[in-house]
Amino acid sequence: MSVDKATVARIASLARIKVSDGEVEAMVPELNQILEWVEQLGEVDVTGIEPMTAVIPNTLRLRDDVVDADPLTGGNKRDAVLANAPAPEHGFFGVPKVIE
Amino acid sequence: MTDVTELGVAAIREGVAQGDFSAREVAEAFNANVAAASNLNAFIVATPEQALAAADKVDADRAAGKALGKMAGVPIGMKDLFATNGVQTTAASHILEGFKPVYESTVSQKLWDAGAGMLGKLNLDQFAMGSSNETSYFGNVISPWRRNDGGNAALAPGGSSGGSSAAVAARLCPAATGTDTGGSIRQPAAFTGISGIKPTYGRCSRWGVVAFASSLDQAGPMARDVRDCAIMLEAMAGFDPKDSTSLDLPVPAWESGLSPDLKGKKVGIPREYRMDGMDDDVAKSWDDGIAWLKDAGAEIVDISLPHTKYALPTYYIIAPAEASSNLARYDGVRYGLRDLPEGAGLQDMYAATRADGFGPEVKRRILIGTYVLSAGFYDAYYTQAQKVRALISHDFQKAFTQCDVILAPTAPTAAFALGEKSGDPLEMYLNDVFSVPASLAGLPAMSVPAGLNREGLPLGLQIIGNAFDEQGVLNAGLAIEQRAGFTAKPEKWW
Repeated sequence: MSVDKATVARIASLARIKVSDGEVEAMVPELNQILEWVEQLGEVDVTGIEPMTAVIPNTLRLRDDVVDADPLTGGNKRDAVLANAPAPEHGFFGVPKVIE
Repeated sequence: MTDVTELGVAAIREGVAQGDFSAREVAEAFNANVAAASNLNAFIVATPEQALAAADKVDADRAAGKALGKMAGVPIGMKDLFATNGVQTTAASHILEGFKPVYESTVSQKLWDAGAGMLGKLNLDQFAMGSSNETSYFGNVISPWRRNDGGNAALAPGGSSGGSSAAVAARLCPAATGTDTGGSIRQPAAFTGISGIKPTYGRCSRWGVVAFASSLDQAGPMARDVRDCAIMLEAMAGFDPKDSTSLDLPVPAWESGLSPDLKGKKVGIPREYRMDGMDDDVAKSWDDGIAWLKDAGAEIVDISLPHTKYALPTYYIIAPAEASSNLARYDGVRYGLRDLPEGAGLQDMYAATRADGFGPEVKRRILIGTYVLSAGFYDAYYTQAQKVRALISHDFQKAFTQCDVILAPTAPTAAFALGEKSGDPLEMYLNDVFSVPASLAGLPAMSVPAGLNREGLPLGLQIIGNAFDEQGVLNAGLAIEQRAGFTAKPEKWW
């Protein structure tokens, strides 16, 4: 499988990264070189092998379903959450108008 | 008076506890070294006041007769991937420039609680993506080492923890934090003649660590010797309910468990790591390591890790896939850079912000990751890679029925010059060939200095252990350290 300019432009759009035509042109051979190299994995016989999902055997813990269970990550943190926002407004994240 | 900046973690802690010098004197001496080393570009931000404040607290606690922590009086460098409350945390990216977290990462908090102080935030490859520190938005880190050929070529300190490795090697700090996703602690340690250990996946909390590839990322210490690594790892590790992949296990007493006696231990030598055209000096250092471990009482056994050649391509599917997902959070809405072109809508703002905020290597990996996860390619690339990853892990499990630890080189070469490999992404990726397999399997692995090559540059030896067996790794590392007698250090030119 190899990528062409249209595919790279489509991936960039899926990844929400603006790319110029020149950048797309430069990325096509770069990505193809990397993809061609990773395609050697296709030659490995993986019959009966389950995809690895956990690196180290561990059980997933769930937090108690309690508001503010952890004082550091719980609720009532509006000011902290907004502290680094580029355009907070009225206690919310400000974004450009979405609906005309 | 002793130059305290020549001392390591254990010696500083002991000197402070015994009153040979104050923690403040130590912090002042390292602050001065940091300030005088701007040529190395190892720090993105220096925080001398924080180092002094932590030192004063230790001095006051000592005067009051209070018990001192494991790292009391030791100032350290903090890789700029750890969120530090009120101090800019950028992951060496433009998109996070100016970001000041309102919380502290678990690992850094544990270190402060143990009495350490922060000298500053260390430079790294942008979002920890790189093996040479040439992808930072804040400029390249320069290794303090130089070749003995009389030239002044600027060398790579390794990556991604290259600010950490350069700072420790240049005596700007006695120890530093690193993070390792595919070798980002071990390869820079090898390049700069220091020690570093990546513990078992889940030993150190990832909470508050800027995420790159979540199933691989693991924090660890970088210091000048094995004992210092053991001390610092004890301070960093431990269960954290805020990280769902954190291991709910007690932290072993690695420092007091240190022993260089390897009688009854078996050391595996993976035959697949002996590659065609291997660098002569690297091959020789590996042979030296084998002889040293034999001398320490270990039995050497030949082992096979048959899927080794597939580890790198597996890594370069899984890591970008996870990165593309993790880095989706940088969109110009909640924190970091916002690029809002005139008349742009929300989608345009996302795309412009991310185009402006990410460097070329980060974009490359996000695009690869997006591609391998996209409809129609997911099974062919991503699922296949996860299956091969399982096989790589099985290889190690089988090997550990025959041996206790594995010995291999850390990197295929000594440090290369900046700019030498940066034009070819694939060639750069190949530098991680020996470090990536252990990362994919989540195993503890360490690099210790083994000697110098013909150019006078450090080479590292890597010890890979079974899951949870950091002690076995540290002990084999100590056995090598005692026999290698590595005392070389870079000559000061900066």
